[in-house]
Amino acid sequence: MKVKDILSHEFTLVAGEGGIEKEVSNVYVCDLLSFVMSHVKSGSAWVTIQTHVNVIAVAVMTEISCIIICEGEKLDENAKEKADEENIPVIAFNGSSFEAAVKLSEMIK
Amino acid sequence: MKPYTMDFDVKARDFSSAGESSSKFRKTLLMLSIPSDIVRRASIAAYEAEMNIVIHSYGGKMHFEIYKDKIVIVAEDTGPGIKDLELAMKEGYSTAPKEVIEMGFGAGMGLPNMKRNADTMEIVNHDESGTKIVMTINF
Repeated sequence: MKVKDILSHEFTLVAGEGGIEKEVSNVYVCDLLSFVMSHVKSGSAWVTIQTHVNVIAVAVMTEISCIIICEGEKLDENAKEKADEENIPVIAFNGSSFEAAVKLSEMIK
Repeated sequence: MKPYTMDFDVKARDFSSAGESSSKFRKTLLMLSIPSDIVRRASIAAYEAEMNIVIHSYGGKMHFEIYKDKIVIVAEDTGPGIKDLELAMKEGYSTAPKEVIEMGFGAGMGLPNMKRNADTMEIVNHDESGTKIVMTINF
């Protein structure tokens, strides 16, 4: 599955359009950045409620395919710019992290 | 053979440009066609070290040396040092302030993560004059 296959009326792209052809092979849910740094597999869709610019750096370092921001949280403006620059797709989702994970699990099968 | 070196200043508490040096270092490794697992490990080790300088120190610098068979990462700051190194090396122990924890940092994983991703990690100094950490990654 590619990042672009996730996109729908529920999962809307807010930044990083240049990266939507990336493959998604896993889903990881966590809001603690250091935990993400130590546990996430490359190629994952990362589900979080963090919205600041450092999230993009973590995604770059760990080769995450896309970030899904839950609970309708808005991505910070400087994070949006960074995501566009680094081609890290950021996707907004209105539901909880759990709901996002359930839906992603269905898609990735 | 002389290594390819890179040097960056890292400002304390500047979260908007935090990670810049690790990001540039990573791009250089990719350009040099370093194996992807090495790039990932080196990037994570560098980023954790850089974030430690941003979060905990009065400011510092990152120095990178890229050889044909290894990478050396040096993180050095101007204080206040690490009071209890044994505790700091334990996963889950953190001295990060509340506002940093709210950003998702300060989970007490930084130093353990660095140790896990580097082949060697030496804490050269950690008294109040500053902390200096040298990591190597072989390939």
